[in-house]
Amino acid sequence: MTSVPLTAGHVAPDAHDPHATSTGLDNKKIAIWAFIGSECMLFASLISTYLIYKGRSKVGPFPHETWTDPSTGKTLHAILNIPVTSASTFVLLMSSLAMVLALAAVQNKNVPKRTTGERILGNSSLWLLATAALGITFLGFQAYEFTSFVHEGLSIRTNLFGSSFFTLTGFHGAHVTAGVIWLLTLFAIDRKRGLGPRDEVNVDIAALYWHFVDVVWIAIFTLVYLIK
Amino acid sequence: MATIAATPAHAHESHAHPTGLRSWLATVDHKRIGTLYLFTALFFFLLGGLEAEIIRMQLQGPNGHLVSAETYNQLFTMHGTTMIFLAIMPLSAAFFNFLIPLQIGARDVAFPRLNAFSYWVYVLGGIFINLSWLLHAAPDGGWFGYAPLTTRAYSPGLNIDFWVLGLQILGVSSLAAGFNFITTIINMRAPGMNLMRMPMFTWAAFVVQFLIVLAFPVITIALVFLMFDRFFGTNFYTTAAGADPLLWQHLFWIFGHPEVYILILPAFGLVSDVLPAHTRKPIFGYPVMVFSLILIAFLGFGVWAHHMFAVGMGPIADTVFGLTTMLIAIPTGVKIFNWIATMHGGSIRFTTACLFCIALVAFFTIGGLSGVMHASPPADLQQTDTYFIVAHFHYVLFGGSMMGLFAGVYHYFPKITGRMLSERIGKWHFWLTAIGMNLTFFPMHFSGLLGMPRRIYRYDAGQGWDGFNFASSIGAYILGIGTLFLVWNIIKSLRSGTRAGNDPWGSPTLEWAIPSPPPEYNFARIPTVTSRYPLWDMKQPVLTADVPHTQRGDKEMDVAIGGKTVGHPHPAPAPQSTRVAESAMHIETETYSAAELGIALPDPTIKPLFVALGLVIMLTAPLFMHEAQMREIAGNAAGHRTAMTMFWVFALGGASLMVGMLYNWLLTPLESAHH
Repeated sequence: MTSVPLTAGHVAPDAHDPHATSTGLDNKKIAIWAFIGSECMLFASLISTYLIYKGRSKVGPFPHETWTDPSTGKTLHAILNIPVTSASTFVLLMSSLAMVLALAAVQNKNVPKRTTGERILGNSSLWLLATAALGITFLGFQAYEFTSFVHEGLSIRTNLFGSSFFTLTGFHGAHVTAGVIWLLTLFAIDRKRGLGPRDEVNVDIAALYWHFVDVVWIAIFTLVYLIK
Repeated sequence: MATIAATPAHAHESHAHPTGLRSWLATVDHKRIGTLYLFTALFFFLLGGLEAEIIRMQLQGPNGHLVSAETYNQLFTMHGTTMIFLAIMPLSAAFFNFLIPLQIGARDVAFPRLNAFSYWVYVLGGIFINLSWLLHAAPDGGWFGYAPLTTRAYSPGLNIDFWVLGLQILGVSSLAAGFNFITTIINMRAPGMNLMRMPMFTWAAFVVQFLIVLAFPVITIALVFLMFDRFFGTNFYTTAAGADPLLWQHLFWIFGHPEVYILILPAFGLVSDVLPAHTRKPIFGYPVMVFSLILIAFLGFGVWAHHMFAVGMGPIADTVFGLTTMLIAIPTGVKIFNWIATMHGGSIRFTTACLFCIALVAFFTIGGLSGVMHASPPADLQQTDTYFIVAHFHYVLFGGSMMGLFAGVYHYFPKITGRMLSERIGKWHFWLTAIGMNLTFFPMHFSGLLGMPRRIYRYDAGQGWDGFNFASSIGAYILGIGTLFLVWNIIKSLRSGTRAGNDPWGSPTLEWAIPSPPPEYNFARIPTVTSRYPLWDMKQPVLTADVPHTQRGDKEMDVAIGGKTVGHPHPAPAPQSTRVAESAMHIETETYSAAELGIALPDPTIKPLFVALGLVIMLTAPLFMHEAQMREIAGNAAGHRTAMTMFWVFALGGASLMVGMLYNWLLTPLESAHH
């Protein structure tokens, strides 16, 4: 057998060095895409169940139709509040814009900033905080929506619509919450030591996750709220 | 550093293999995690086997009275759940962990700490689900837990709660491992290791990870619905509220059928690597073997409703799912024929590993044929829920998956531990297993066709089933004895097995180019791969000379299409010396410590274990909520409050342990500064 000359110079580059990967991409980037693929199946299951159960509830309230309780004669209105949810959808979409600016600010941390505009656009903390704040605003809308639905007589136990609606949107809300915590963590790190180009991948995967959660909401908003 | 090559190897062994309990609890080394998976999964395999033995004792003769109906329900549910989620999948995971980085020429997986986390979640989940035995409340709804049967209205006890929560825990483990291995295989391959040079096992593992990450979320949601129904009173499976009684079945089998391939494809991969080594021939039709894996996985998502022919989906759905199911027999049949063609003309060494490979080809074919039988809805209506189905899936799972995994155990044990398993005891293990298996499961075809339903705990005499059941039980006892030979073999080998050396079988792939057991850093120098069979190119180029194996220059090969030769003649094999020089492959025989070589390895850490522990504690909490609800119904207000306190202690305690440790883990670098 050939014996191996083992000297420091012959030792191959560290396997964890992102520059040594087969694709040239960071491991985290590939893992987050695999994770997003998996999450697609998670939300596909939730959304399919919602759609399969649409119109099968025995009692109201219903999403788009009024319903009169035969035992009390009380009429319950269509429960979805599309104007309010449109506003919250707009907020979430704007958070994706803020996220893009946050990532760009981190990537361009070392580029000299000359004007006030460049300094604002290059302020990664500002945009990370803005993204998180918009996410929190969205969650506030959702909390308002959930409580008002419960007051109008729709709980998770009421009917199939209630069960599938609260579970679907609740899962999405939980994902937004996880994203907000992630963003606030990045914000804290940025304040503490400053995020720079070497942290790009860590902000990038948070951004991919955030955009994914946003895209899922577009699907939910269309399929649950807009289509009657 | 330049003097290292002169240092004797044995002086460094203490550095290379730290021991002690803590070193195992804190390990992030894929090889040690693989070893932990291997022995944990073998333990659960024995446990699941014990459950099966009790089942067979009960059914040995008519009117069995060994166990009650309730216990019997728990036994068959836990037998299935244990074998699928705690034995076969983790046995495959043992090989994923141990082999993937070695086969692709990497020093570890992409996320070593996540890998440790997967293992700890698995083992804690396995303990969690089995703790139910202590409360006499083991899951009893069958391994596929059909709702509405498993909703609170029909299964009020803790049994199904254990099952639902246990499966959620185990799903986390599989998903985390899935992301990890996908990234590892895509991104950590050695130079020259392109996709079509990867060993077949790595290919099978790669395909299986996609099945896992795409199928497990579906059962996660199905289980979430069931959990919400049971704990929060939602209506997902409440037919009185208008729920579709087939929702669970659809969601479950959209997961459940890919799961079948998650169980079998790793075994296929192992056989495709083990068989060439023992027949001294490259695998026949490598590209077709790869594409058939992908095709099986792809079609595997489109056949789920063949588990549901009896529920009355209508002729169109039945026809479509019958056809897609028959289609899947094509790529599977291709694999069977390719294995036979691999053996054809080879110089076969009938080692235990090779015998298990041949057994897989034979027994899986039997199971595959009965599978094609009930792909036809009219035939299935006669066979569904009878012992015929039990015979079928044991032929594919035991005759397929387990035979392949046993082949893997015999072939790779020397690599994992550095010691050979005894061939003599191995032959006993093999023949008792092969005979016992067929004696157990073949008669089930007949008892099934004679109408014996599965999952009955007792049957009357005089229905023509007695003889077949007696034969099955005798077979099961033989199988049990055969398995004890494996245990004996492992213990004996660990104590006094023959030292294996780098490459006891003369295998062609990278993992055999390094010492056994491999040093902590795997490869001192990351090899440059120039072919599918780098070690054969080095040592025995004649074996692969006239077989295309993506070596340099074999892109243009001699292919005859319709009697016409296309392409260029295959170049004559070059003399050995130039081949060795050309391939930058090398063999490493000495073991050093990573520090001596200046290789930075991830630091050991116990944090993944604590994150896993936090997760499992958190998911234990709903059991107390159930208890609180029971006490509330019984009018026990104080007891209700105590149980709810316990609920919050477990939920919040587990969650804070998990989140705190997770932050601690994520904010600590993987490895301390380079040595």
